[in-house]
Amino acid sequence: MSFAIHKEGEVCVVSVEGQLIVGNRQELKQKVLDEIERGERKFLVDFNQTGYIDSSGLGVLVSLSKKIREHGGELRLTNLNEDLKTLFELTKLDTLFQIAETRERALESF
Amino acid sequence: MVNLPVPPSSGSASAPREWAVLPYDLRFPSDVRFVERAVELVVDRCRSAGFPAHALAFNVRVALTEALSNAILYGNREDENKAVRVTASITDAGLVLEVYDQGKGFNLDECTNDPTRLENLLREDGRGLFLMRRLMDRVEQVSNGHNMVRLTLGRT
Repeated sequence: MSFAIHKEGEVCVVSVEGQLIVGNRQELKQKVLDEIERGERKFLVDFNQTGYIDSSGLGVLVSLSKKIREHGGELRLTNLNEDLKTLFELTKLDTLFQIAETRERALESF
Repeated sequence: MVNLPVPPSSGSASAPREWAVLPYDLRFPSDVRFVERAVELVVDRCRSAGFPAHALAFNVRVALTEALSNAILYGNREDENKAVRVTASITDAGLVLEVYDQGKGFNLDECTNDPTRLENLLREDGRGLFLMRRLMDRVEQVSNGHNMVRLTLGRT
């Protein structure tokens, strides 16, 4: 499991490879907070390579969403597989996040 | 490693009576970094025993991760001198997972938080038990001498 961050234009794209769960959630949080500190404001989390997410992972996404908004930024999500979509629907977090089907559409929406 | 109390035999209380195919027993220290590996070990065994792959890929992985996290964070308070134990069995009822911790216990019936309510949506916590209940057929608590949460999921 790892988190790769790269820039596409003005957008900071975070790829979640593997799981986003209790054991690594703080790593993702810190990486994004570091980017906010560096002045980044537009974030896209790409779940194309993600296995599963637990409640801790969802909690970190909620936390980051609030933090990014506090700094006047935006957070979008993309490439959720059917299971991950179910997870966001079950928790109604699909109403909180802007979720795009593809990375391209997500990038265009900023 | 601390040895946890021996779990009840299959004949006690409401435990499933016909343990079959997959008696699996794993224990590890109370550190969240072990959770992913522990889940994979359990899922691998269940897959080998023929439990449906899709349920293992998502429902079981997420629900077991939640149960182990709760045992480590809230049960054992991340005390690495305390162990978490998980057993897996496949019975006529389906897959039965039991997660034990060495904490003071809690009352499952009092945990009725609904994280989908508007006022809870921005909370960072409070979704673990909700997900266990939604992703498994049954979530039960057993506290006779040890703290255990039992998760059951049918084969279909």
